[in-house]
Amino acid sequence: MRIQPNKATNRPFSETVIELFIRLCGISSILFVFGIFFFVFKEGASFLFNGLNLSEFLSSEEWYPTSLNNKRYGTLALILGTFGVTSLAMLMAVPFGLGAAIFVSEFCSPKLRETFKIVIEFLAAIPSVVWGFIGLTLMNQLIIQVFNAPIGLTMLNGSIMLALMSVPIIVSIAEDSLKAVPDSYREAAEALGATKWQVIYRVLLPAAKNGLLAAVLLGAARSIGETMAVLMATGHSVNIPTSPLSWIRTLTATIAAELGEVARGGEHYQVLFIIGILLFTITFIVNLIADLVIKGIRQG
Amino acid sequence: MRNKIEIEDLKVHYGDIPALNGISLNVVENEILGIIGPAQSGKTTLLKVINRTLELTQGVTIEGSVRLDGIDVNSIGDVYGLRKRIGMVLPLPVGLPLSIYDNVAFAPRTSGLRNKAELDVIVERCLQQAALWDEVKDRLDSLGTKLSGGQQQRLTIARALSHQPEILCLDEFSIAVDPITTMRIEEVLKSLKNEMTILLVTNLVQQAKRLANRTAFMLNGDLVEIDDTEVIFSDNPTQQSTYDYINGNFG
Ligand SMILES: Nc1ncnc2c1ncn2[C@@H]1O[C@H](COP(=O)(O)OP(=O)(O)O)[C@@H](O)[C@H]1O
Ligand SMILES: [Mg+2]
Repeated sequence: MRIQPNKATNRPFSETVIELFIRLCGISSILFVFGIFFFVFKEGASFLFNGLNLSEFLSSEEWYPTSLNNKRYGTLALILGTFGVTSLAMLMAVPFGLGAAIFVSEFCSPKLRETFKIVIEFLAAIPSVVWGFIGLTLMNQLIIQVFNAPIGLTMLNGSIMLALMSVPIIVSIAEDSLKAVPDSYREAAEALGATKWQVIYRVLLPAAKNGLLAAVLLGAARSIGETMAVLMATGHSVNIPTSPLSWIRTLTATIAAELGEVARGGEHYQVLFIIGILLFTITFIVNLIADLVIKGIRQG
Repeated sequence: MRNKIEIEDLKVHYGDIPALNGISLNVVENEILGIIGPAQSGKTTLLKVINRTLELTQGVTIEGSVRLDGIDVNSIGDVYGLRKRIGMVLPLPVGLPLSIYDNVAFAPRTSGLRNKAELDVIVERCLQQAALWDEVKDRLDSLGTKLSGGQQQRLTIARALSHQPEILCLDEFSIAVDPITTMRIEEVLKSLKNEMTILLVTNLVQQAKRLANRTAFMLNGDLVEIDDTEVIFSDNPTQQSTYDYINGNFG
């Protein structure tokens, strides 16, 4: 058989079609992302550059968008609500997620590992409104009883829901990066008389640290962007959080709750889109850091 | 002449697959015992039984006994301590993803040594012994995995010496190493012999001839013959297959 000089000419037609389709998917997804950003930016742009007091927007806790004669667009409470609920969620999700990843990758029998992965994937597939519902009912009652609180819809409640949502992401990315550590490292450390735990914290964790960091950042990005569950579980009241039992409101929940109520094109409408730009910026930064970190892994 | 290791009727199976079919041999204190034989004959398995890392492999069964200074290794409760009495150098050099310094300080630290001055002394001594010190003394903080293959293999030797082992096992250490580095390591081994007992598994029969006091020939999980190196490499070792393997007319 002779080698054809030009492979493309005699490739089956089906392959050409498939390639075209994949190209279209790729290009369109890039277009969509830019399109969404452009749309969000466009809707908020005129008020952002003309009228909005940006420093008040970021530093005032007064959010009175519907007041008749004292309109205020301060998002500090919302920003702190978002960061508070996310930090508290990460405080729970990171140790639990990394611990579970270490368990699955280093201590599980292959059979148990499969079961575990199915459970994790199942957790990841639960829609966030279901988590919100659990927060609204079950967790609400639980917090009222355990902490003797008047209302259980609190930052704590929301952060537990967020933790449950980000744990699957953290576990699966962290487990992948632990599995990617060559077995020869484990063998070398074991031959030096290291115990199982010494192998883990002296060799595996340093070797996988970039992947673990990426897992944590992507889990955090998921939490920051989450809307439905926090809307339902945190009490949705504008309030600077002072304790886990504070009622709070997040940036995302504000957009979701108010966008349907406002006049299209008005100030309030535009401010909600500016909040969208703010969220975009935050998650973009977090994702960018995660990407850079993952790139760091590939280059060793 | 004292026996450092006594192996008696050692049988190993990976699942149903036999790897060692009842091997008995002794290793004499402060000798270099060369172990030769084609691939898959069970040489690596034998070394892993001695430091009890084989039991970490799933589905392995081990029968028979291995005694270290007359004590059955399986009766030793502190398996991590046992592993520290035996230095292990694997075929492909595995620099742990740590700095050169941390690679060598790894084992002492796992046994709880924190004193920087003491660690410094150990790191320098071991790198000297492994003939690597001069090449790396100015960059102890750079990654061990960034060294060349030959340097990494000397790093693993330095690491294996860091817990002052009584026994040093080398498993085909020269597979990924250039001939000049191989010669340097061979010189190192000759001088280490005064301090410890050395098991040298080698794919280069001439290396066993150069270094070993006695040589064992293994084939398909059996110990074919063990004798003084001069006898094994003479024109008439006891077994014909030994002669054939050494002279390259095998198979
Ligand atoms: N982890 C393992 N699982 C299954 N079989 C193995 C494993 N390691 C070695 N073996 C088998 O055991 C036999 C001896 O292997 P080994 O001890 O590596 O020999 P050598 O070091 O002489 O090449 C071979 O048949 C090999 O296929
Ligand atoms: Mg081998």
